[in-house]
Order: sequence, then structure tokens, then C-alpha cells
Amino acid sequence: MSQKITLKVNGRSFTREIEPSRLLVQLLREDLALTGTHVGCDTSQCGACTVHLNGVAVKSCSVLAVQANGAEVTTIEGLAASNGDMHPMQAAFKECHGLQCGFCTPGMVMSAVDLVQHHRCSSEAEIREGLEGNICRCTGYQNIVRAVQSGAQAMKGA
Amino acid sequence: MNAPDKAVSQGLIGQSVKRREDGRFLTGRGQYTDDIVLSRQTFAYFLRSPYAHARIKSINTEAAAAAEGVLAVFTGEHFRAVGGLPCGWLINSLDGSPMKEPKHPILADGKVRYVGDQLALVVAETYEQAKAAAQLIEVDYDELTPVVDTAAAKGHAGKVHDEAPDNVCYTWGCGDKAATDAAMAKAAHITRLEFRNNRLIPNAIEPRAANASYNPSDESYTLYTTSQNPHVARLLMCAFVLGIPEHKLRVVAPDVGGGFGSKIFLYAEETALVWAAKQIGRPIKWTADRSEAFLSDAHGRDHATIAELGLDVNGKFLAMRVHTTANLGAYLSTFASSVPTILYATLLAGQYTTPAIYAEVTGIFSNTAPVDAYRGAGRPEATYVVERLVETAAHELNIAPAEIRRRNFIKTFPYATPVGLTYDVGDYEATLADVIELADVAGYPARKAISEAKGFKRGIGYSTYIEACGLAPSNVAGALGARAGLFEAGEVRVHPTGKVTIFTGSHSHGQGHETTFAQVVADRLGIPIEDVSIEHGDTAKVLFGMGTYGSRSLSVGGTAIVKAVDKVIAKGKKIAAHLLEAADTDIEFENGVFKVAGTDKSVPFASVSLTAYVPHNYPLDKLEPGLNENAFYDPTNFTYPAGSYVCEVEVDPMTGVVRVDRFSAVDDFGNIVNPMIVEGQVHGGIAQGIGQALLEHGIYDVDSGQLLTGSYMDYAMPRADDLPSFNVKTAKGTPCSHNPLGVKGCGEAGAIGSPPAVINAICDAIGVKDLPMPATPHTVWKAIQTTR
Repeated sequence: MSQKITLKVNGRSFTREIEPSRLLVQLLREDLALTGTHVGCDTSQCGACTVHLNGVAVKSCSVLAVQANGAEVTTIEGLAASNGDMHPMQAAFKECHGLQCGFCTPGMVMSAVDLVQHHRCSSEAEIREGLEGNICRCTGYQNIVRAVQSGAQAMKGA
Repeated sequence: MNAPDKAVSQGLIGQSVKRREDGRFLTGRGQYTDDIVLSRQTFAYFLRSPYAHARIKSINTEAAAAAEGVLAVFTGEHFRAVGGLPCGWLINSLDGSPMKEPKHPILADGKVRYVGDQLALVVAETYEQAKAAAQLIEVDYDELTPVVDTAAAKGHAGKVHDEAPDNVCYTWGCGDKAATDAAMAKAAHITRLEFRNNRLIPNAIEPRAANASYNPSDESYTLYTTSQNPHVARLLMCAFVLGIPEHKLRVVAPDVGGGFGSKIFLYAEETALVWAAKQIGRPIKWTADRSEAFLSDAHGRDHATIAELGLDVNGKFLAMRVHTTANLGAYLSTFASSVPTILYATLLAGQYTTPAIYAEVTGIFSNTAPVDAYRGAGRPEATYVVERLVETAAHELNIAPAEIRRRNFIKTFPYATPVGLTYDVGDYEATLADVIELADVAGYPARKAISEAKGFKRGIGYSTYIEACGLAPSNVAGALGARAGLFEAGEVRVHPTGKVTIFTGSHSHGQGHETTFAQVVADRLGIPIEDVSIEHGDTAKVLFGMGTYGSRSLSVGGTAIVKAVDKVIAKGKKIAAHLLEAADTDIEFENGVFKVAGTDKSVPFASVSLTAYVPHNYPLDKLEPGLNENAFYDPTNFTYPAGSYVCEVEVDPMTGVVRVDRFSAVDDFGNIVNPMIVEGQVHGGIAQGIGQALLEHGIYDVDSGQLLTGSYMDYAMPRADDLPSFNVKTAKGTPCSHNPLGVKGCGEAGAIGSPPAVINAICDAIGVKDLPMPATPHTVWKAIQTTR
């Protein structure tokens, strides 16, 4: 039996009739055409689908869409400033070459922002541990770690 | 041959230009195959075999076909009239007989041969409906004995194909057996190792996907797919499988989320979709979930090897003898046959003057997923053989690992190896000296003392690798069994305003071509990089292409573009000569300006391009209008990237946990266009190499043939906290002598050079001769117990 939910995604309000089994990531990608959020696994391990739910990073493959009823969701498409300027973390990933194929990148950036906002990440070891839930196959993580360090500095300065 | 042309350089070569593609990837505007939804879209689900080996007695699809939303159900019988998936490389056995090539059907027909073998395709209005309906398909299986283990497959009771009764696809040899046996008999010392090269599962983070449609108005097909080489997919699909006219199939590989080899091959799913799209008259989309990717992507490595190195009393290498059994999986994937042969045994000379080498490779079929090229493809396996033998010999003869290498390095070039390659340039002593300094080997004893004071063991391991890249001289490859050319194509379209679009047959799935290739073109034409855009991955736009693999994009694809740019400059000089009323031969081109030599008369690039398209004052009697050139480039040799790696590990003897503490790499890639991108490639390669050495292992249960490592819960992907930061440096380098950019390729080096460095370091730390990969804590702990 479908349910009606209303949620705010990247500042815009949406109302949809959905099946209770529908995942948040399906709602975002298929119903709202926000394809920046990716799906890289089926065991909640890779983190490519990470978005912010009420300001906290979640793996959107592990959240039912109905759980987001009344919530505010931010995806990679909504991270940049309204004038189009990239978020300091996005800019840091570009500056530090923290991405190659780009597929894990949206989830990695959303996790990195959450890491800086809500967790300790002053050392390289803390950043590496904080990113443990996001798998990247291209970069070897080195430049991602540099990007998070640089992005964290920029976020604090902003 | 062609010296790198510095005359037109505006300094873009060698600059870490930030990537132009990053904007879309960082803001969620990339377009990957699964992001594409077509009008009247339908969805596919493939039913896969739960058994490793079984006869299909019957398939009943009635209930599935009648299920809600289902449009069609197809099984093997529907595909009997079309071809099987072809193998692109013929390997002949030692007795001259061709390899066994059983048909690789699009959907299993009569028999399933590995867990995940696809046997039915369900198309429905939604993915959920297709998946639910597939569960209604009744398959009556008659289970057969599965063959899983590489070393036990030959002559196993289970027989994968009737065409290969002993499960042997080929037994192939390389090098001089008699000379090797004779040299080995005279050796003062023989170092012998017997090991596996562990099966790896590539795991690009974007799973494979496809979206196929048919347009009845012009009888044409369009396929969006996750491919590293869309033209090759089109050629194979049209000419060998479906019989579609090649000009009626457009293949688009849009943004592709990593490949590492696994997206080179023509797969059954995308092929089935193209065929089925015409049957149902609507677009069909399929995206693998990760579990399907584990089961059905082509895997990598999986060798069982016995290797011997014969040395004289001074540690000089006399001969190397290698016997390898290579697991090819259940069917021959597109380049499967070439990986453990041509791309493996030809690299066994490494960086050394070993005068006699013989390798014999038995390729076997098994009830496992097909095995094909994965980052490095044969060369990591060869490097593992060579560098494990060399380091073990050094320890056995009590010669320092660096010293034994120096005594055996090739020092004069060109150098013809006993296994068929001719290295054009290199300086192995220089990269070794560089890495010893970079790794602070001098400080190792002090670090070891600190580790030991904490109760840990510490070890150091070396690896000095070589690889053959820039695939490939087509005539050489053809003589070795390749059924395709291995050139690359490029087109330079200069627009009237002087802006330039480059079309390349190479494909970027993370490598950054949109930046690197633009640097090359802007540098050569002396125009701003903003005036150059790079198009790739669409057979309707790009003239032709062999794609991206084997670290070939810049050395082969880039060279094709350079050749086309040079044609543009040559034509531009003729147009400029007309405009400037001078002889063609008096025109020089520098920094984006055509000028008459020795005068101040000049005309800028954009004026020449405008004249080419508005030919009012133009030598129409001698010259066509327009400024658009293309070129095909077929290399004259492979390129030979080489480097030296040093790994330092700390081992906890109580738990067997290995921590890579320091990893230093010096690579000679020849000239470097974008150092930032090159370093990123090396980082990623090393991470995959450390993954192979410490974490990753694709394991099938020997009795049931079930894949035990079928998800990220079971297959240990390297994560951020498994790895250190690497100390990576590119050497001053020896530019490739036979392409105009002087480049060699950098995509695979890290994955090739690093596994033996890691294992050498662990063996050194705990004092054992050998350790299997992956060196998990349990494996290392057990090995430590044997030393007590």
C-alpha cells in the first residue's frame, strides 16, 4: 500500500506517493532524477549513496524513503552555493585530485563534509578511519585524505 | 625518431593542470549509463545459475511470462541462431594445435558452467517486476561435478566442455627450452618457489550497465554501455555475434565509473539487450547489482606457478624456468587467452640480463567466472615471479637485494630479451638509486630497532619491475595471434573560429583524458587550453578506436592526435602562405601564429581557420577548404615503463597483522604531461597491488563451486584505513624513443610493481622463504609459528 510523503531535497519541497519498501536512494535517483547519488553495492558497504538526512550523513540505500518523511535531505547536487560556487570540500577534491572516475566521489564528498562537521578529523589516521565506510577503487585514498584535510581547513575558515 | 617538439610549447607539458572533468563529477552532473532513462524504458533481469556445473534438463518460463508487467522472457534457445562471444586472441599449443574454443553462448544452452552463468533474460515494465518474475522460472538442473581449483583442473573428473576433455585450453611455450635446461644444469645455485597468484575481482565502483534501443524507422540500434572501448564492442557484437550491419549500431560509453580491465570485454548482457530491444520494440536497461558484478564480471590473475632461477656463485642470473597453470574460467573472455601467455611470459626477463628463459603455460577451463585482463594483465603475475625469485635468491646467497639486482641489470639499450621483446630505453640503476634515497633505506636499521623495542617485527622488500605497454604494434601482435589491430585513431576538428574539438578512440573512465589530451593539443597548437575540447566514447562521433587498456591512451591514442594536429599545422601553413603571399616552405608555426621566416609578416591560427571555412581569398585550385584532419597511429614497438619500489612493513607477531608503514616508488614513465594525474594513477595502482598482497582474494568453494567472496562483506576491498600515504616520485626518466611525445604509460605500474615488494618485506620481517597472497593476519601468524 503506497504512502504519501513530503520531504525537502536540496531546499525544494516534494510530495510523492511511494511504496513503503522504496529506498531513499531510489526516490532520489529514480523519482526525483537526482542521479548524482550513486549505487555501488548492495550491502551498505561502499558509501557511494551517502547523502545528508537532517544534516547527518546516511547511506541512502539503507534508509527507507518513508523514513525521510518530513526530513530535509541534501544530495551532492545541493552542496554547492546557490550562486554555483562549489562547496569548499568540493573545491578541495578538485584542487587535490581527490577523484578519478567520479563514481564514489559524491558519497565521498558528502561523508567528508559530515566528518568535518561532526567528528574529530585533525590527523591523517582519524580521516582514514572516518572514511572507512566509503570505498574508492581509483585513488588509493591518498589524495582524498589530502582533500579532506584541505577542505576541513577551508570550511573552518569559511 | 620524432623528437618531442619544444618549439611550439607554451609550457603546458609537464604542468599539473587541474582536471577539467572534475566540475561535473563533483556536483553530481556526471552522466553514467544507469543515469540514462529512455522514453518507453523497460528493464531487464538476468536469471543466473545457482550451480557451478549442471545440465539444464528443462526450463519452464510460462509463469514468468504471464507475471505482471512482463514483456518477454528469453532463454538459450532464442540465441541459438546467433554467434557466441568471441575470443580476440588465438594461442597455439606447443604441438601446433589451436587452443580449444568452445562456444560462449549469450544465454546458457543445455548446460550452466559457473555460479552466475546467465540462462534467462526477463524484460518487464519495472526492474522489480522483472526480478520477481525471474523467480517464477522453473529450471530442472542435473548437477555435475564442478572443477574449481587451478592446479587440479587438468584431467579432473569434472569436465567443463566436451571440446576440452582434460579441461586444457592450450599448453603454450615461450623461450628456448633446451638452452634453459642446459644453463640450469650448470647453475651453482637454484632458487625455487612454488606459489599461487591469487584470483582478484576487479570491482570498479560503478557496476556494469547497459541500455539498448532499436529504431525501426532506419533499422538502427543504440547501446549505452559501461565500456572501455565502445568501437571494439560494436565490431565484435556486429561482426561475430549478432550479424547487425556495423553502421547500424551506435555504441556510447558515457561517463564510466572505473574499469581496470573489467570493462574491456564484450559481455553477454549488453549483447542480449541489443538483440532483445528489437524483439520487444522498446529500450531495455540493465544494471548489475554488486552481487551480480562479483559473479559475472571477468576476474583477474589466478595462476599456479613453479618458478626456478639458476645463478652462478656471484649471483649472476644464468637461467629462469617457469611452469604456470592459468585458470581461464568457464569460457574464454575477450582477451583471456593472451593474458597468461603473450602478456605474461614475455615479461619474465624483467630488468635483467638473464640469458636463457623458458616458460610453459597451461590454460585450463574451470567452473568459475571467466578470467581476463585486470590492471596489469599478465605483467603483475610475471613481475611477481621475477621479483620474488630475485629477492629470495639474494637472501639465499647472502647478497643484498639491491646489489643482486645491480649485478644483473640490463645496462645497454636497445636490448633484445630471450622472450621476444626489445626494450628501447631505460636506466634501472638510476631508479633503484633514487628509490633507495627516497625510501631512506639508510635509516632502516634505526626504524627496525624501534619496531623491535615495541615487540614488532620489521622488514624491507624491493621490487624493480618492467612492463610492456602501449599495445601494440599490430603486425607483431598479429604474428602472436591477435585477431585485431591495436592502433589508435584521432581526429582534430578545427572550427572556423579557431576553437578545436578532438575526437579520440581512447576512452577515459577516470584517467583524465579531457585534461591531459587537451594539454597536448593546446601546447602543440599554441592556443589556450580552454579552446580545446575532447570527445570520446561514442561511435557516432569518433571515427574509430581500439579504446583504453594496457596503459596505451597517451602513447598510442595521444600520438594519433599529435599526428592529426601536425596535419592541421601542415595544411595551415599552406593557407598562411597564400594569405602572406609567401612560399609554403617559408612558413613557420610557433605559439599559435603562422609567420614568414625571417620577417614580421604573420597570421594567427584563428585567421587561418576562418579562411579555411570562408575561402574567399584561398588557393581553391590547390587546396580543399576546411580544417579537419584525422590520423591512425600504429606503434612500432611496445613502450617499457619501469621502476623501483621499496616497501617497509611492521608485523605484530602476536596477531600476524601487517601494517605497511612506508611505501616508496620511483617510476620511469618517460616524459610526463600531467604529473598530478600520473601520481594519482600510481597511487591507485599501488593500492590495488597492496590489496592483492594483503587483502583481496576471490575464493570458490572447491566442492560446490560457490563463490565464497561474493560481496563487500566477504571480499576485502582496500579501505582508507588499510593503507598508508605513499611516497611516489617520477624519475627524470628515459623518454620513449619511438613516439613523438616520448611517453610510456603509467596506468598499471603501481599494480604491477607493488605485490612482490610487500611480500618480500613480510618474508624479510618474519624470516620465512615464502608466503601466500593475500598475507592475511591468519596466514602470517601461521607462518610465524613455523619459525619458532
